[in-house]
Amino acid sequence: MPDSPGKLRVSCTVNGEPAEFEAYPMERLLDVLRRELRLTGTKEGCGEGECGACSVEMDGALVNSCLVPAAQADGAVLRTIEGVAAAGQLHAVQQAFLAYGGAQCGICTPGMILAAVNLLDRHPSPSLDQIREALSGNLCRCTGYTKIFESVVAACRKSDGRG
Amino acid sequence: MRSVVPLYEWETPPDLASALGRMAREPGAWKPFAGGTDLMVLLEAGKLPHRRFLNIWKIGELRGVETSADRVSLGALATYTEIRRHDVLAREFPLLGRAAAETGSVATQNRGTIGGNIANASPAADSPPALLVYDAEIELVSARGSRRIPYANFHTGYKTMDLAADELIWRVHLPRGRSGWRQYYRKVGTRRAQAISKVCFAAAAKIENGLIAGARIALASVAPAVLRSRAVEQFLLGRRPSPELALSAGAELARELAPIDDMRSTARYRLRVAQNLLAEFLETLG
Amino acid sequence: MDTHVIGKSVPRKEGREKVTGRARYVDDISLPGMLHGATVRSAIPRGRIRAIHFGPGIPWKEFTIVTARDIPGKNCITLLIEDQPCLADGVINHPEEPILLLAHADPYLLAAARQSVFIETEPLPPVFTIEDSLAKKEIVWGGDNIFKTFEVEKGDVDSAWARAALIVEGVYETGAQEQLYIEPQGMIAEASPENGVTVWGSLQCPYYAHKALVRLFGLPKDRVRVVQTETGGGFGGKEEYPSMIAGHAALLAWKSGRPVKLIYDRAEDMAATTKRHPSRTRHRTAVSRDGRLLAMDVDFTIDGGAYQTLSPVVLSRGTIHAAGPYNCPNVRLRTRAVATNAPPHGAFRGFGAPQSVFALERHLDRVALALGIAPEEFRHINFIREGDTLAVHQRVREKVDMNRLMERAFALSDYRAKRDRFSRENARGPVKRGVGFASFLHGAGFTGSGEEYLASEVSAEATAEGRVRIHAASTEMGQGTNTIFSQIAAEALGLPCEQIEIVQPDTASVPNSGPTVASRTSMIVGKLVEQAALALEKKLEDAGFLAAKRHPSAFSAACAQYVAKHGPLLSHVRYEHPRDLHWDDDKYQGDAYGAYAWAVYVAEVSVDTRTGETRVEDFVAVQEVGRVINPVLAAGQIEGGVAQGVGFALFENVVWREGRMVNAQMTNYVMPTSMDVPPIRVHFEEIPYDRGPGGAKGIGELPLDGTAPAIANAIAHATGADIRRIPVTPEVLLETLEAVHA
Repeated sequence: MPDSPGKLRVSCTVNGEPAEFEAYPMERLLDVLRRELRLTGTKEGCGEGECGACSVEMDGALVNSCLVPAAQADGAVLRTIEGVAAAGQLHAVQQAFLAYGGAQCGICTPGMILAAVNLLDRHPSPSLDQIREALSGNLCRCTGYTKIFESVVAACRKSDGRG
Repeated sequence: MRSVVPLYEWETPPDLASALGRMAREPGAWKPFAGGTDLMVLLEAGKLPHRRFLNIWKIGELRGVETSADRVSLGALATYTEIRRHDVLAREFPLLGRAAAETGSVATQNRGTIGGNIANASPAADSPPALLVYDAEIELVSARGSRRIPYANFHTGYKTMDLAADELIWRVHLPRGRSGWRQYYRKVGTRRAQAISKVCFAAAAKIENGLIAGARIALASVAPAVLRSRAVEQFLLGRRPSPELALSAGAELARELAPIDDMRSTARYRLRVAQNLLAEFLETLG
Repeated sequence: MDTHVIGKSVPRKEGREKVTGRARYVDDISLPGMLHGATVRSAIPRGRIRAIHFGPGIPWKEFTIVTARDIPGKNCITLLIEDQPCLADGVINHPEEPILLLAHADPYLLAAARQSVFIETEPLPPVFTIEDSLAKKEIVWGGDNIFKTFEVEKGDVDSAWARAALIVEGVYETGAQEQLYIEPQGMIAEASPENGVTVWGSLQCPYYAHKALVRLFGLPKDRVRVVQTETGGGFGGKEEYPSMIAGHAALLAWKSGRPVKLIYDRAEDMAATTKRHPSRTRHRTAVSRDGRLLAMDVDFTIDGGAYQTLSPVVLSRGTIHAAGPYNCPNVRLRTRAVATNAPPHGAFRGFGAPQSVFALERHLDRVALALGIAPEEFRHINFIREGDTLAVHQRVREKVDMNRLMERAFALSDYRAKRDRFSRENARGPVKRGVGFASFLHGAGFTGSGEEYLASEVSAEATAEGRVRIHAASTEMGQGTNTIFSQIAAEALGLPCEQIEIVQPDTASVPNSGPTVASRTSMIVGKLVEQAALALEKKLEDAGFLAAKRHPSAFSAACAQYVAKHGPLLSHVRYEHPRDLHWDDDKYQGDAYGAYAWAVYVAEVSVDTRTGETRVEDFVAVQEVGRVINPVLAAGQIEGGVAQGVGFALFENVVWREGRMVNAQMTNYVMPTSMDVPPIRVHFEEIPYDRGPGGAKGIGELPLDGTAPAIANAIAHATGADIRRIPVTPEVLLETLEAVHA
């Protein structure tokens, strides 16, 4: 390898725990999560920020981790699919996906769940149109989205005490 | 990943002055890196030959949206999400929010910036037509000082712009006072979300006594750079919106556009749709 | 305890792993000492390799480099025949053809190295279209560019033209479609002369890969092992192609002595792997004055790309489905699959039928129009009934009632009222609305003697604790195999689903149940699962440990006793072809499929005439499927298939330049997002098929047949545009509309 400028040290918080690792500055956050931190729940589907399978939360905002350089994760608070369930208890969205068939092959599911959880954190009772728009960056080839919508709607009902 | 990631150099200047100093010492050697939503795609595809990047993502002087009596100023690092959520922008510059909402996805909007979008200079960019309609002014800064130019003069050709090798985009200024104008924005893409535009049409008009007293017409994806159609604006002045005006203005528009065939669409389609959107805009004025 | 689980929406068996991110796909797995692999491919469509140059600046000695010369067995990817090389050896027949393999521990250095291999070539003239291939502008495969032809005759077509009141002709085309599973193709391999070959990866058919590896390495069958990892979508795209990538990973592992992981990035996956066969169909139809079909003459051609792969079978299904669920006394089907210099096309859900059904359903709407009757009236007059024969001479033995399905679909979609209202309202305004439908069938299982030839096997084991383990080669890829098999076995034994385990498909531990394709998993293999489970029960009964009438909990106790006394409790069943199904391979006629699903789909669209954009506003899918084993899973299959059909009809356009897909990015090859799908309303009817488990027939591919023609017919209603080709891109539609109004 011709002269490489070398790795830098990144410190951040991942799923509530401090994490430290070394990475090339322009390594993808996606690769760092999967390889350095062994959090393989976040997936690569396209490497171009189109499919959303790599979605994570960074400082509370949904981002495509395939487009985030590791260097910019320094000091960030990250949440991945592994951090969605709390203390072994599935999140309402995860439970709804199980009950309503929101996951088929499952490869888009981690990113899709992050996007749905992120939406509900901001809008606890979204309309169907708002759900469609919020999930439009997460591509699913198996479900036709129908049962994903049903799952998110069900998760809202459950969260606000109804149903 | 098709690029050799370890070969990329990266520096994070603590503030604007440091960033500008770095760029001044080696003009053109260091390129700014904001949210990365364009650059990381190129990196993945093995199409990012430039190797040295200056991380400007956290530079406070480039962030935020400020309101004053006569203008709203967006920092270069204002994200699409911030633009969508800003009250004054939503009220007085709604086309910008429309453009932001149709850019990529929620995830892209959280990381994509107005400055990055301008500097990437895609002829298909979604926000620039709105900026053109609003007579945006772009403020550039370097270690030598700052300067302002009309955004309409910024893009000089395909991916060429009036931006020196040591300059950064600092702010985009939008003059206030045009909320009374009728406004229109329509992006025609490959699908309803996450779509690169085939044609994007932004327009505003002031109507007095049923006649067009002022007009702004801007388009994307129909020329080597985003385009403000002054000839059509002139053509419309003093006229009454009508189907006949739509036809003749459409012919005028055809003379100004230089659409191409590419993997997404055809020149013929782009021209016809641009004309149809112009007609649709004029219909909303009638 | 309710032990009747067939018909219930039992939650997905591996669902918890999927929603928590714990499911392990191939790229989530690492082995110690693993290298990364990459493929160097051809940039030209056809030619000869003159030399391979390794560029400067790369420490080549650190790399494992594999060419055709390193192949221990035969340089081929065995499928139906052995025409496709694993690595090009001197000759190139399509862009992206694999030539050389590289492996290194450092993935970034590997990326640099891949860009530093230069293939020196001598181009030869290529052929890119069906027309040029048929015209034999160049011979690029075999002696005449033809992979396969079929000729099917029923009655006497030529006698009908003279008596026809009307003859309608038309040519229809469909483009290539990329499967676009969200998980790209990938494999991990370990291989050595001492230990044989083991691969783990994303695939649908472990035994296809097994057969290919046996041939590639020249090893005995028991020295090759293929294991399916959690698979993120397949849709046919992972039916045959995985044999290629498995072969590549294994060759690198063999030569390096290290495990090798080979994962495609999206651009490579899209450009280099299989797609749906493009097609061209010519219809010529004779009808009587009162709207009855007198004769159908269908000429159907599919583009197979550079090597045969599965083209004969795709052609077969396309041929058999070409004349649809209609009663026509005289039918001629002349069909062929031809070679071009594109990367080979392959399996994609529907497998030839989406192509021929699009042509048929568009054509019949045009025939109705020419007759001056409503399209539904024309179908009503000609729908097939029990006792009639299909084009391939299969007597319909099912109680099919297409009219009932059609009326049901019309009621759910408000078709007639909308049809009238839109026709009236479309005079005003730039947005035109329309409704259209397609009526169709889809045969489940392998065609004709195919299932007999496959001779699928399933085995089962009951542990001392009474847990039942099902061993089958059928793979889960989202469609619900694990859950369905659990339900079938649970119902057969009166046990809760949680007591059933589905063993991971691994050729070392599951028998060959045939491939996970052709809508056969529930109907054919599911039936074997039921039989295998029942065979366990019979062993317990015969051994005296289980009474015929018993409480469910008695099963576990009986297993404990059996295992203590006799050792492992196992069963093994093999498919037996029903005696009353007869198929003649030479004449290509007879009982093509054991059962068909029957369907009518209705699409409602709006077309913006200013931009040529079509929006599907509503969609109703009605189908008769025998028995719905799991309502949520079954509806999920239809909904997902309809969404893929929306893509096929409107969005998914492969842009070819010199045989290469140039829009090989998700940005530029667009599939529907959540904002692009309509509300999809699914309704099932059930007329149990006595040979399917619980009465079930196959449904996986069905939705791909009817969705695109329903949408195309709706666009035609909305705008008057005579749609002949999909995808209906806005560019083409806008031009068509201008011509209509001119």
